[in-house]
Amino acid sequence: MTTFRLVLKELRERKSQLVTSFMAIALGITVIVAVRTMSHFSEKAVAQELDNLGANVLILPKGATVSNYYTADFGEYVMPESYVDDITTSGLKGVDNLSPKLTEAISVDGQQVYLTGILPKNEFKSKPAWQSADGIFARPEGCGTVVPGSVAKALGGSAQGSSAPAPRQAVIEELGNTEVLIGSDVASRFGLKVGATLPIKTETFRVKSVLPSTGTVDDTRVFAHLHAVQRLFHRGQVVNAVEMIGCCKEISKGLIDGLNRLLPEAKVVTIKQIAQTQLSTNTMMERFSLIFLVIILLVGAVSIANYMLANVYERRKEIGTLLALGATRQHVSRIFFLKSALLGVAGGLAGYAVGTVLAVGLGPRIAGVPVLPLPSLAGWAVLLAFAVSVLASALPVVKAARLDPAEILREG
Amino acid sequence: MVRAENITKRYRRRDGQVLALDGVSLEVAEGEFVSIMGPSGCGKSTLLMTLGCLIRPSEGKVWLDGRSVYDLSHEEAAALRLNAIGFVFQTFNLVPYLTALENVQIPLYLSGLPPSRQRERAAQLLEKVGLGDRLSHKPSELSVGQQQRVALARTLANRPRLILADEPTGNLDPALAEEMLDHLEELHQEGTTVVMVTHDPRLAARAQRQLRLVEGRVNGQSAAV
Repeated sequence: MTTFRLVLKELRERKSQLVTSFMAIALGITVIVAVRTMSHFSEKAVAQELDNLGANVLILPKGATVSNYYTADFGEYVMPESYVDDITTSGLKGVDNLSPKLTEAISVDGQQVYLTGILPKNEFKSKPAWQSADGIFARPEGCGTVVPGSVAKALGGSAQGSSAPAPRQAVIEELGNTEVLIGSDVASRFGLKVGATLPIKTETFRVKSVLPSTGTVDDTRVFAHLHAVQRLFHRGQVVNAVEMIGCCKEISKGLIDGLNRLLPEAKVVTIKQIAQTQLSTNTMMERFSLIFLVIILLVGAVSIANYMLANVYERRKEIGTLLALGATRQHVSRIFFLKSALLGVAGGLAGYAVGTVLAVGLGPRIAGVPVLPLPSLAGWAVLLAFAVSVLASALPVVKAARLDPAEILREG
Repeated sequence: MVRAENITKRYRRRDGQVLALDGVSLEVAEGEFVSIMGPSGCGKSTLLMTLGCLIRPSEGKVWLDGRSVYDLSHEEAAALRLNAIGFVFQTFNLVPYLTALENVQIPLYLSGLPPSRQRERAAQLLEKVGLGDRLSHKPSELSVGQQQRVALARTLANRPRLILADEPTGNLDPALAEEMLDHLEELHQEGTTVVMVTHDPRLAARAQRQLRLVEGRVNGQSAAV
């Protein structure tokens, strides 16, 4: 005989009473897991949509305006490329998808198009000072951003842009010194395809990729390596905009002030509508989940407390006998706590399983997005159910341990 | 072995206090077999549980092996009940969802014996009381007499030196009551101290010494022949 065996035997003996409280905790966890799993994928889908809106923070040279940025006409406004170093190494929280740009007007077959220099992601990785700066591409959860391709994968690989994301949406992984990416309008206007060559000023570039149509000014641009553009125009190490996606929560917590302090010679602009949309979407989801979670857990806790109280009352004679035979209060507490812990763990596992099946099955209909199981939720589900069950049993367990054996035995 | 010194027990009730024990003093020597008789409600069970560290007296002291039991901590008193005292209950108090073997294992489990040793000892005890073929039966699958023997085997599991029996024959027919008394006498002959509460004068007479409790006071003592 062990405490575990004693508890298991008692659980098996009184199955019917057990079912209601097991159901209460399992159903609670089911709902939480289902909602959480669906909202996870729905948030990701929303985040991807929001990502398409582009950067929400712009760092521009002091005299430049947002209209300079949108018309890609910066004139002589430039700032040092070293600002990127400053941001990367500053330790500021909430900086994501840093993208420095230098735009110049060029002529292709006699027509004016914009050549924008961008810094591919592999450049960040190759700089020793930025080795530890993976965070700037980590795209933390809840920032209204997604890892390119992850949602595409979840969506069955059908999402557009997963192979060649537009520079507005994400930082390009790699771009050679003599390679260009071209917007869809430029490609169709000049009949350029992947592999074609494009002479720009004194050099010849190879078309690495044709970007999908975005309906923005990007469609009329040619993108080359930032350093190639600097070289072509003898600009030195300057840029005229740094785009970034600021994590929404951090924007409201002083990221902008931090950037202003860091770069007093630059102009930090928040694209309010985008940031606000991202922020309110995330906050709404979080609040909704939290209220739901608390109510459901309370219902589960009350049900378990009720069941355990009834169980203690029903087993008074057994508890009295155990105490008379020499059990200590700790012995009795251990028996009931183990029972509630087992109930919690089993309820958590069952709730996770059913909740995941529900989310995967109903997700596409309810949330309109494909939903996959989230294994990381299993641990949380079990831990939560365990904690709720054990806490809810605290009062009944104390009652059991404090029973007076003499009083019970005298009842006969 | 066990000594009660002027013990008084008052219970609070809604309509006032009830005096269950009124200055009882008694001493039971090592290896003695004592019966306590008396009408219903005279305080017999209260006295027995007071001797067994289960009811703290309002006044007075109880000594077991020279130790004042109500000055012990909760854990020490529990250890005393586990190792030195064995209770025999009128209603057996077997745990309904456990088998006969598991019921006998309870005191051994409480004293921390490994499960295999618990099973071994419990099986021996059940064999001794003639239930070697009923190890995996639950109480509901056993006759009253068999349940009584399982309870006795459980009482003996940790080899108690003091057995406190509260109306041990109250739920038994005359034949089974005789059998129970035979077991208690056998234990007494093996050197165990037995204190038995009963309202049956015929059974009480089989003890070495009989005490009579009336209205919470010890009224008469007589030495058995």
